Amino acid sequence: MRDNNSAIIQNGKYNFQEKLTKNSLSLPPSSIETLQVNITLKCNQACLHCHVDSSPKRTEQMEKITVDKCLEILSNHKEIKNIDITGGAPELNPHFDYLVIEAKKLDKHVMVRHNLTITIDGDPTTGESKKYLPEFYSKHSVEVISSLPYYQEYFTDKQRGRGVFNKSIDSLKLLNDQGYGNENSDLKLDLVYNPAGAFLPASQQSLEHDFKKELWEKFGLKFNNLYTITNMPIHRFREQLERLGNYDEYMEKLINAFNPTAANGVMCRSLLSVSYDGKLFDCDFNQMLGMQIYNIEPMTVFNFDIDLLLKRKICFDSHCFGCTAGNGSSCGGATV
Amino acid sequence: MNYYESKDLGRFAEVGKFKPDLMKKFFDYYNAATNTDGALSKREKALIALAISHFKQCPYCIEAYTTASLESGANPDQMTEAIHVAASMAAGMNLVHGVQMLNILEKSGV
Repeated sequence: MRDNNSAIIQNGKYNFQEKLTKNSLSLPPSSIETLQVNITLKCNQACLHCHVDSSPKRTEQMEKITVDKCLEILSNHKEIKNIDITGGAPELNPHFDYLVIEAKKLDKHVMVRHNLTITIDGDPTTGESKKYLPEFYSKHSVEVISSLPYYQEYFTDKQRGRGVFNKSIDSLKLLNDQGYGNENSDLKLDLVYNPAGAFLPASQQSLEHDFKKELWEKFGLKFNNLYTITNMPIHRFREQLERLGNYDEYMEKLINAFNPTAANGVMCRSLLSVSYDGKLFDCDFNQMLGMQIYNIEPMTVFNFDIDLLLKRKICFDSHCFGCTAGNGSSCGGATV
Repeated sequence: MNYYESKDLGRFAEVGKFKPDLMKKFFDYYNAATNTDGALSKREKALIALAISHFKQCPYCIEAYTTASLESGANPDQMTEAIHVAASMAAGMNLVHGVQMLNILEKSGV
């Protein structure tokens, strides 16, 4: 059911909107600072917690006409300072390099969600090498944001696949060799921690301390920031929860950990998500659930209207409890 | 139905149905002792509690502190070492009383 302001009202068991109302929260958009573009659903990995259901079998790719439209939006809106390029493995889109180079020409801050192993594995379908990536990122001062569930093989491989931890270490060394991860460097390398199961992340600060200590002492590796992200109870992770008989328990955990301060900082208030086919969403999770932004008609990059988008009512659903639990969760880590 | 049901862990606070003032005193003390970063971090406290949970074989506590350990950033290696600390302490506590046996043997002229 949608109201006049295009918000989906959830009448299910876990009612996020009701929780907001009880806490006197409304959460309208505050700005649009980041355009997060999901340019492919294809990946060389098939991680357990992936809300995108990415794998080497996916074929969805953003076409050049849509990439160019995203660049036009960035060019026409100085207030959108950041482009956050994600996927799948975004490097598997044939227009990836072009998008990075052109976005930098527009003086935008370019972030790439880089899974580390793509540099080692290459394209899983064509075998095309991606070994150029560390140097490419360095040359264009891209902020590299990479998942590393833990500083040990067990948790990492359990979540992301056999062999991923060792490949990730090799890939991090290549990025460090390019200058990434030094404290005073402009070349930012951030790591992302997702819990390896149905539990909440520990404090971002304490995990960052542990990761820095362990990765330096064991492997001589450096990075800048650690971001903790809560696992979203959708798609592949939800399937796992249901298989283990854990879904309701996990949802109760998220709801019991609802934090109004974290809710105020949710990323959908300052970010717009673009799908591979140019549709607009409040966030990547809404994108994967098909919860497109509507204003009379479905909104896409081709009928982009920033004034209308700033007045929209963000679409919430039960999965939003993932972003508001504990210290909060976003693509930039904890929100508290 | 079993004597122990996992869902009953969530009903712990209901023990305060009678004498709620005493239960409040308990929870204030418990939260202050276990759920704060002090001279020991929350993680260290969770691992201690995990060890004690196994020592006393409380299934409620084992469940609660397995989760608490994970959510404080501990990993299965650390958690398993904590259990071994508890197990070796239990073994040691048994064995050290063997000194009493030796004392009695000696007194008996053995």
